[in-house]
Amino acid sequence: MTSTIDPAVNLEAKTSSSLQQNPSRTSRRSRTLAAIVLGTLFLGAIIFSPWILGESGLSTVLTQRNQPPTWSHPFGTDWLGRDMLMRSLHGLSLSLRIGLLAASISAFIGTSLGLAAGTFGGWVDAVIIWIVDVFFSLPHLVLLILIAFSVGGGTRGVIIAVALTHWTNLARIIRAEVLQVNSADYIHLSRQFGKSSLWIARHHMMPHIVPQLIVGLILLFPHAILHEAALSFIGIGLSPHLPAVGIILAESMRHLSTGYWWLGVMPGLLLLLSVKAFDWVGENLRILLAPKTSQE
Amino acid sequence: MRLGLLLIAVAIFTFVLLSLSPIDPVQAYIGADMMQISADQQALIAERWGLDQPFWNRFLDWLGQILQGNLGVSLVFNRPVSEVIAARFQASLQMLAIAWLLSGLLGLALGTLAGAVAGSWIDRVIRLYAYTLAAAPTFWVALLLLIVFAVSWRIAPVCCAAPPGVLSQNVTVWQHLHHLLLPAMTLSIIGIANITLHTRQKLIEVLHSDYVLFALAQGENLWNIVRYHGLRNILLPAITLQFASLSELFGGSVLVEQVFAYPGLGEATVQGALRSDVPLLVGIVFFSALFVYIGNTLADLAYPIIDPRIRLGGQMNR
Repeated sequence: MTSTIDPAVNLEAKTSSSLQQNPSRTSRRSRTLAAIVLGTLFLGAIIFSPWILGESGLSTVLTQRNQPPTWSHPFGTDWLGRDMLMRSLHGLSLSLRIGLLAASISAFIGTSLGLAAGTFGGWVDAVIIWIVDVFFSLPHLVLLILIAFSVGGGTRGVIIAVALTHWTNLARIIRAEVLQVNSADYIHLSRQFGKSSLWIARHHMMPHIVPQLIVGLILLFPHAILHEAALSFIGIGLSPHLPAVGIILAESMRHLSTGYWWLGVMPGLLLLLSVKAFDWVGENLRILLAPKTSQE
Repeated sequence: MRLGLLLIAVAIFTFVLLSLSPIDPVQAYIGADMMQISADQQALIAERWGLDQPFWNRFLDWLGQILQGNLGVSLVFNRPVSEVIAARFQASLQMLAIAWLLSGLLGLALGTLAGAVAGSWIDRVIRLYAYTLAAAPTFWVALLLLIVFAVSWRIAPVCCAAPPGVLSQNVTVWQHLHHLLLPAMTLSIIGIANITLHTRQKLIEVLHSDYVLFALAQGENLWNIVRYHGLRNILLPAITLQFASLSELFGGSVLVEQVFAYPGLGEATVQGALRSDVPLLVGIVFFSALFVYIGNTLADLAYPIIDPRIRLGGQMNR
């Protein structure tokens, strides 16, 4: 929820620590690549786990109710004897897919509005900046609840709410990037040499915008997933028939006072790990793609 | 002036959003008794409410009522929305204030410590802690604390703002604090992450500056440098950040109050959304916008008090 850490701080932290350790160029690059591949594999495994593992462990086994974590059930079992690891994987896969969809829509909105604001300027810019300001003037969760409620809740409500509220930061970053590149000397030179706007956009803008977009999109995922889980947790999101990770955690609330701690702790831990994995992949991709650090 | 514009923008946004929604206000009002009410009577209610009027008429009508301070009557609590918000916010305010102060002070301390000894194991531990908490779901952290403190150790209550069976006027200050502390602790633990990382970064910047190098050359030790050069430069961004975090704090309180079943404003927000209480929800949207705005304004007012450069610079311009 509070993962609104300024990307610049993250970047600085990474670069300063890399300077202190002073690794050779190849090992740094291959370490970054390895981090990206590992993180992607982990997330891919979670997303596709329902198809790989099937429905095993999800059926009710009343003789094995409420078992604490053991080797055969690493996450324990719930009040119906279902394997919590399987339930968590299924739920998390669903949450990740919904988060990915919503974040992608959001990134598309953010890029379009950021490009429009930066390129057209004038009243278009003013209107877009104003909309961004209105969005920032409300607590994010209140905005999510309001939108999810007014489109009628459910899975569709969550996707719309998350998609409509996560574009603001990316739009600002892209707008700033366009404005900065637009005022650069080489763009003026390019214009003087008679290059068309389209050529400039293709050859000068794209190389700056695309890395921002990719990294921005990946760093949107954790926010989107956490907010989806939060909405489902308080009961405005997915219906209880679709056991997303937020629903599983909300269910566990009812069994906490009886001491079945693993029902809440373990699924949340898996959610935390996947959010960290997204952050990890995003940060490493940024190091790889950003012009300043890509040659390290 | 800016506040007025902002609130009008929020009003337009909310009104457009809710009038686009598929929720039928008549149905939401009547609820389960819908079957017993004939179509004619429903049309009468709609006419009485002006639902047959064109969009702009309805909007101006509604805006006029809001401007007169009439936020409507909450369907869930059956009391005027402004009363509900006032009562609920009072309950939340103490929790928010404790969480805000704790996270600010602890975050500043941890960030300063990590920045001063950057690269050491202490710094690594603090950074790991901050990055992990930044990625942790708020409601899950609340669940963990609930499991540890309320279920395993039994030193904190499991829910609510008062022991069960005690009337609200008979609750002692200690009982009140006892129920307040765990939710407030959750909120502050989560709020620490951001300010810690920013403070650490800022202090590292300061420590790499020329004037710190000069002070070091004069034989000043690290803690005096942090105290006389570091803290003064860190404080301003930290305070901006802490006031700007009121928005996050409010969002966090919605989730935390849900986990601890604490009857504050956040819990009312969830109730309003779950039980289709549009007037209450709209009222809370306005109130939260006001809350965030006050946070930002206070940050602006705090600058000249803390930073003499801003204060004196302003006088020179005059």
